[in-house]
Amino acid sequence: MTLSAQTRQAIQSHKDRYPHPKSAILPSLWEVQHEKGWITPEGMELVAEVLGLTPSEVQAVATFYSMYFQKPPGRHSLLVCVNVACALRGADETVAYLEKKLGTPPGTTTADGAFTWDATIECLGGCGYAPMMQIDHHFHEHLTPDRIDHILETVAAEGHGDPAKPRRPAPPTK
Amino acid sequence: MAEYKLLTKDFAVEGLETLGVYERTGGYQGLRKALKDFTPDSLVEEVKTSQIRGRGGAGFPTGMKWSFLPKGVFPRYLCCNADESEPACFKDRYLIDKSPHQLVEGLLIAAYALQVETAFIYIRGEYEEQRQLLVRAVEEARAQGYIGRGILGSQFSCDVIVHGGAGAYICGEETALIDSLEGNRGQPRLKPPFPAVKGLYGQPTVVNNVETLCNLPHIVMNGGEWFAGIGVERSRGTRLWCCSGHIEKPGVYEMELGKPIRELLDEHCGGIWKGRRLKAFQPGGGSMQVLLPEHLDLPLDMDAVMKAGSSLGAGAMMFMDETTCLVNVSMRLVDFYHHESCGKCAPCREGTYFESDLMHKLEAGHATAEELATLADICDNMNGKCFCPLGDTATWFVMSAFTAFREEFEAHCDAGECPVAARNRAAVAA
Repeated sequence: MTLSAQTRQAIQSHKDRYPHPKSAILPSLWEVQHEKGWITPEGMELVAEVLGLTPSEVQAVATFYSMYFQKPPGRHSLLVCVNVACALRGADETVAYLEKKLGTPPGTTTADGAFTWDATIECLGGCGYAPMMQIDHHFHEHLTPDRIDHILETVAAEGHGDPAKPRRPAPPTK
Repeated sequence: MAEYKLLTKDFAVEGLETLGVYERTGGYQGLRKALKDFTPDSLVEEVKTSQIRGRGGAGFPTGMKWSFLPKGVFPRYLCCNADESEPACFKDRYLIDKSPHQLVEGLLIAAYALQVETAFIYIRGEYEEQRQLLVRAVEEARAQGYIGRGILGSQFSCDVIVHGGAGAYICGEETALIDSLEGNRGQPRLKPPFPAVKGLYGQPTVVNNVETLCNLPHIVMNGGEWFAGIGVERSRGTRLWCCSGHIEKPGVYEMELGKPIRELLDEHCGGIWKGRRLKAFQPGGGSMQVLLPEHLDLPLDMDAVMKAGSSLGAGAMMFMDETTCLVNVSMRLVDFYHHESCGKCAPCREGTYFESDLMHKLEAGHATAEELATLADICDNMNGKCFCPLGDTATWFVMSAFTAFREEFEAHCDAGECPVAARNRAAVAA
């Protein structure tokens, strides 16, 4: 599974952007994840080669940060915050509803490979609009069962979170 | 009493995230004025005069932090800390969502004062939408001549790099942020040397919070003395309060420092929801100690809240009503620190593991009274003994809650039942 010339080029331009090449490691790993959906061994080797590092240095970094997938995820990633501010407004109920709806417990991938999902204790910064979740890095807030149904349908229909491009542009105005 | 809007005054303007609209509201006038009317040194003095203290949590005076940079050592670096991640804090996200250019302008003003030619914005990976807004804002500002060589015809040159993280709370600690930016596992470094002396790439470095930087255009436009007239002694200006939990109207509200917490709760948050009573609240974010209804009359003043045994931290206010079990809340916060411990030092790496294990047993009613005493002992062996504040703060909420709600904790022991859950059930049945 070699990576595309485009990804190699993107990593090279990150390298050129920073005062020191090693600083480009996080954005370069993001490029790998954009293309492959997760951090593949070949991807780490490519980052190491372009930035002049050893693969083990790259792996040490890639495994420290929780957002890099260490194995292939589903087509969409879904995270529900269960830290206190969200829990006070019903995050546990949101998780229970999603578990029923998706048919698989947190920390797993749905049978059809559509969603890799989890309940995370990491605060996602949606405390004032809780309960909330992120799908493919998009905030979805003020969740209710009806809204969750609608959001999941929309995500499936519009094909957000294509593994080749999980970080799609933000909406034009917020 | 209305909100005091300084940073957020134009946030209702449609399209404020674009350069043209931001300029029409007076945007980048602060940068123009800084370059025209100030030398870097006089700008540092002006910020000292304003008495502004950092908005990231520790509340260190910004001007003083700046003045620690050793004279004549270049290059210097500036990092905007947009890692946020503190539980119950979402003001930095709000500031970037609404007005990314205000942050870029503040960053450039600081870069000019500090004679920095490369400035970074380190933004947490979870804020991907906000990262993209910043990238766009930086591109627009570059095209307009606010970023690059010889900015606005001056001798000042500065590049801005937006750097996305990838999920690590610890990177909000300034030396871990620097470590991460250098391309390492983000783990804190021993201080001293402080970043001001030896920071990014071993060079003098300043790390400032998003909200701190967003204040700078206003300080430059109106003067440090004017800014020092807002708020109260040692707590100057406004702050953005991230209000969450059991309130009618959660959200971010900007208020002058020094007003009572009660005013924030009653007039902006709409009071406690569903007509219930306040049981406890946590100011400052997930790290800070619990406060009680009797503390509502405290002023929003960093020193006053510290004297009461907690802190305004990064500007959060999380309110809990009478149906809340403080054991459950403590367990979640302990879980958070366990999840986010970077593993560098033993007291935090091991301590948060044992804390979390015991809290889960307690929550499930399986802990003994002896184990509850062990929990306190573990916390005592962590607080003040960890490599960085993460491990210390992993004990603050749970210990303050244990002190204030001791009976509630003890009732969970020895196959006990949560007294709050029992009360809640009785209330539903009635």
